[in-house]
Formats: sequence, structure tokens, C-alpha cells
Amino acid sequence: MKFVKNYLILFLLSSAVFIGCKPKDADFKAQIEKTLQASPETAGVTVDVKDGVATLTGEVKDEATREKAGSAAKDVNGIKNVENHVTVTPPPMVETPPVQINNDTTLAQGVKDATKDFPTVTANVNDGVITLTGSIKRSSLQTLIMSLNTLKPKKIDNQLTIK
Amino acid sequence: MSLQDKYKQLIDAANAGGVSNLQVAEQDNVLHIEGSAPDGATKDKLWDIYNQIDPDFRAGDLIMNVNVAASAGTKAKVTTETSNLNIRKGPGTDQPIVGKAAHNEIVTLISKTNDQWWLIKTDDGEEGYAYAQYLSPQ
Repeated sequence: MKFVKNYLILFLLSSAVFIGCKPKDADFKAQIEKTLQASPETAGVTVDVKDGVATLTGEVKDEATREKAGSAAKDVNGIKNVENHVTVTPPPMVETPPVQINNDTTLAQGVKDATKDFPTVTANVNDGVITLTGSIKRSSLQTLIMSLNTLKPKKIDNQLTIK
Repeated sequence: MSLQDKYKQLIDAANAGGVSNLQVAEQDNVLHIEGSAPDGATKDKLWDIYNQIDPDFRAGDLIMNVNVAASAGTKAKVTTETSNLNIRKGPGTDQPIVGKAAHNEIVTLISKTNDQWWLIKTDDGEEGYAYAQYLSPQ
């Protein structure tokens, strides 16, 4: 009878270990998912765990993020191996539209209007660049610079002597 | 240091001040900042910051075209240094003078021809184009 009892205990223990495998994989999966979801860049990665082996799939923007997703699985205690099938898809290049610069004729007309009240200032326009020479009172400098900034030049080269 | 870093305080202030259609772009080593400020105080603050970062506007690495959003019917104050503001027949200093608005006078905006010239009307009924730099929307 004692003999049978021992066998029964052994049987119960072994079956507990055997059955225990499934929920453990599910726990691993939940734990890895939690880490992946925590960061927006790895949130799109999906994970599956079978017999302690984690398989990662999905797309990320760069290699570093791919490795980060791998670590999220590897760092879980009990994970035996990680199959990292995550692919790297770089985001499309966004073309920034060029800044609109007025042509020299438009700029020259605008500069003439802007400098009308400052007879000691000479302004030249060349290839979109307004070059200021001569002199100006400090109190008037900002007024002049402000109105020149509205003309959409490429650059303002201020060589004015400030009095 | 990139220009966006150099003028970070300015860009942050523009965002915090509610500048709409804010565009920041670097081209040929010059940073271009464009947008519409909700009021004159915000625009003045941005220019104060610009002058702090680049005293006397010497660096030549920033073009800031942020103007106060003003629609037709907005009242604007004539902010010349001391003199009268010329009201002209057309948008340009080569256009004949058709009237004058006094220093500190309040005029009404009819329309914006561009960032430089606004069509305005005085309370006396004088109508024409005035240089926008000397008009502060109220």
C-alpha cells in the first residue's frame, strides 16, 4: 500500500510539472508583451511563447529597436531562447519644402520701402542676401531689422555701425 | 551647436505664446521662423528673446517673419517714433501720399496686401496704404 502511495505522489507531481508548462508560456508571453507595450516604438511587435522559446514578429524603425525588442524577451527569467523575426523598416524620408525666398527685384523694392526713414543706412541686395552698411541709432535698429525680416530674404548681413 | 539649439528658447516661446502655423526650417545656414502671433505682446517678446540671443542682430543666421494675425476691421495704433504715418495711393514708397495718420492715432485695417503694406482707413475717412511696421494691432 505504501508502495502504491509513493507511486501516486510521483504521478501527481510529474503531471503537475507537465501541465504547468502551458500557463508558464502564457505568463512569459504576458510579461514580454507588457515590456513591449511600454514603449511606443516596440508596441507593434507581437510575441508568441512555446516551451520557453519566444518568437518575435513585426516591424520596427531601426536595428536598435529590433534589439530592444529581443532584450525584452531575453531578459525574462525562464525564457530559453528568442527567435527574433522582427524586421527593420526605416521610416520614409520626409522632404521638407524649401523656404520661400523672394527674388532680388522684389527684395530691392521692399528694402527701399523699409529703409526710407533711415537715410544713413545703405542696403544692397544680392542673391537674396540683404547687406546693411552705414550707421543707425540703436533705438531704430530693431524697427529696421523687423521690417526687413518680413521681406523673406535668404539672409540679412548687418554691418551697420550702431550709434 | 545647431541653429535650432541656439534659438531653442525662441522656438519654445513661440510655441508657448500660441503662434499659429509655426514653421521652423534651416536653409543655407540660416534658420527661418514663420508664423502668426496672436497679439503684439507675443511678437515683442519673441523679438526681445532674439535680441538677447543675438545682440544687435549681428550673426545673420536667423530670419524671423512672425507677424500679428489681424483680420479686416481690426483697430491698429500708429507706432511711428514721433512722426505722422504716410497713407499712400498704392503699396510702395514710390506711390503718392494721399493722407497722414498721426503718431498714436487708431486706424482701422481694411485688408493686408502683404506683410509690408496694409490698406487702412482713418476715423476721418482717409483711406490708403500704410507701412505695416508702424501699425500695431490692438
